[in-house]
Amino acid sequence: MPPLEIPREKWIGRVNEVTLGGNGRREIKIGGESTLPFLHFDGSIPNRPVVAIEVQDREPLDWPPHLVSAWGEALRHPQTWAKKAVEFGADIIVLRLRSAHPEEGDTGASEARESVDRVLSAVDLPIIVLGPEVTEKDNEVLVAAAEVARGQRIGLGNCVEKNYRTIAASCMANGHIAIASTPIEINIAKQLNILLCDIGLKPDTIIMDPTTGALGYGIEYTCSVMERLRLAALGGESMTAMPMLSDVGNEVWRQKEARFTEGVPPSWGDHLERSIIWEEMTATTLLGAGADIVVLRHPRSVEIVKGTIEKLMVRV
Amino acid sequence: MALTGIEIYKNYLPKTNCRECGFPTCLAFAIKLAQREVDPSLCPYLSEEARQALEAQARPPIRLITIGSERPIEVGGEVVMFRHEKTFYHQPGIMVRIRDTEPPETVLGIIDQVANYSVERVGLELGLDGFAIENTSGDSTTFIRCIELARSKTDMPLVIMSNNPTAMNKALEVASQGRPLIYAATRDNLDDMVGLSLNYHCPLAVYGPGGLEGLSELVERATGAGVEDIVLDPGARGFAESLTTLTQLRRLALKRNLLGYPIITFPGEGSETIEEEALLAGQQVARYAGIIVLDHFSPALVYPLLTLRLNIYTDPQRPIQMTPGLYTIGSPRQDSPLCVTTNFSLTYFSIAGELESSGFPSWLLVCDTEGLSVLTSWAAGKFDAEKIVKMLKEFSVSSSISHRSLIIPGHVAVLRGELEEELPDWRIMVGPREAVDIGGYLKRNWRGDLS
Repeated sequence: MPPLEIPREKWIGRVNEVTLGGNGRREIKIGGESTLPFLHFDGSIPNRPVVAIEVQDREPLDWPPHLVSAWGEALRHPQTWAKKAVEFGADIIVLRLRSAHPEEGDTGASEARESVDRVLSAVDLPIIVLGPEVTEKDNEVLVAAAEVARGQRIGLGNCVEKNYRTIAASCMANGHIAIASTPIEINIAKQLNILLCDIGLKPDTIIMDPTTGALGYGIEYTCSVMERLRLAALGGESMTAMPMLSDVGNEVWRQKEARFTEGVPPSWGDHLERSIIWEEMTATTLLGAGADIVVLRHPRSVEIVKGTIEKLMVRV
Repeated sequence: MALTGIEIYKNYLPKTNCRECGFPTCLAFAIKLAQREVDPSLCPYLSEEARQALEAQARPPIRLITIGSERPIEVGGEVVMFRHEKTFYHQPGIMVRIRDTEPPETVLGIIDQVANYSVERVGLELGLDGFAIENTSGDSTTFIRCIELARSKTDMPLVIMSNNPTAMNKALEVASQGRPLIYAATRDNLDDMVGLSLNYHCPLAVYGPGGLEGLSELVERATGAGVEDIVLDPGARGFAESLTTLTQLRRLALKRNLLGYPIITFPGEGSETIEEEALLAGQQVARYAGIIVLDHFSPALVYPLLTLRLNIYTDPQRPIQMTPGLYTIGSPRQDSPLCVTTNFSLTYFSIAGELESSGFPSWLLVCDTEGLSVLTSWAAGKFDAEKIVKMLKEFSVSSSISHRSLIIPGHVAVLRGELEEELPDWRIMVGPREAVDIGGYLKRNWRGDLS
């Protein structure tokens, strides 16, 4: 019988390769793939997807007990937290300046500068700094963060439609990467990339965050938007060819499946086991849809998700 | 191979635009045929050759297979690589393997747990689909006893696993009315297993590890002998093998019309821990499995897996709508906040999730907006003051709460004036535009004693 010919995709596009870090800080390359996630037989995947660990600038008071105990005292200071994250295998540290949120402390530029500086001094991994997702405050603290980290090519987010000029200018002036965040919709994601490039940001200094829905909370929308963005990129549409970040931990650990230890149906099973796999399965599903960076919270999720990426990077 | 509308029009239709099919032109009909939305028999003027070609085209490139008889499941029937291209139609059956070496009380225990497992999500009851009983002992009497034990406890679909045709024959003697899946025909036993599949009218799994060519050859032998209902096991067990092989099989089916059958997977054989087994099963839910046989049952791992299956197999063209009504978030009291929103599932999940984590137990009035989001439904005239007033009445909201304050989404602040007119004794509060800000908003604005 004739040999079975496996249909192969002949993609003409490639995901942009973005470098985080440098200037003394460890470098990591994100993206660069010319095939769908882990389909090595259609193209190349020069850089494996990576796992970032989230660190907050203040001790989080709303985390479930076992997530807190997994980190212990380290949660009290961003620099000790970041060091521990390195031990737990982080590829990148995501510093969330949560205390800048008007409801969470309303701290400003000087506090942001201090937190960023502490984390930068404590670890040599690449850093992404995220603001509190309130536009004016984001501008204030991200501009401060950009200055402190000048030349160290950190990621800065959220860069959204409302504040993209400020963040882009700050990235250009200080040599950083914009984390362009849009609500789960392919055209809006593309539009923000166009706006950013129009005012002078190079395409390979942009990472997209197309908004994460956790497992059970809209993950199917995120999957489809990521798949469509990636298919468009491989099809040659350059304004969707930015690598993608998924803020998984932040979405998962706010849901009741991850947070609630009691008062839930017995069919939900053991809380510890359930909450961790909720984070892991959200992450692995989105990696399968095209995420290049997943941001996680629980050390065990980090270990398991990294292990899964290793396995999927083996060419079979 | 899938035909385009133009190809169908050019090569097979009469091009007379007679309209007898119900479409204005032959081309319009051709396009519907290409999308597999209509039956070719609607055209009375097809040649025999055209009829055959179009019927082949109309069949889903992956055969739909039924397993079980009392509570059957259908797997396969898929037509796309990605859910946004249309939808994934038939969610994979998720089963649990039982080895006949387990003591009867253990077997009964597992069956009891799995068969009775049920978890509720968005108003749906989710559960598992059946059992795979394996002749691990190699002894046919033990095998039969285990199958009979299972059948005495459950009418859920079964996969019967043995490479020994004699044991399989005995098993089918007692279990074939349940239309189990025969697992599996291999290079060594294919003819015998094909015979059993035909004799007992049960679907047949074909196991062909070590490359799709070998698998294809075995499948051709089975179909050549007359078996139609086939399930594939390419033997690809680990994360990378499974993703690669299942993707290639889906492509072969869709683009080449080859090996178009559902696939059975055993994630427990490709992983080292039960946590990994669940993650691999999750990958297989998203990437092309038809039946997933788990080696372990643990509610904490099965619940996320069933949730993922529900999510991935949601039709993107018709998102799940929430049933309109008054929902409770946490355990609200009479003086807890009342918010109103639409019944688009993503809108509901966003706002419910944020309320959940806000620390404010709340009432959430979900209006029937035909599944549209806040702005879209407002623009379409399906989410206005009149609708909100109607919903407040319909769900007797006033009797659940002691206050008269209603928080509306920031995006429809414009409704405030009209609502104040329609509801003179109510205070209409304009909430934030984005769900994520509701927690902060409540902290700033909600004082139960003042409301």
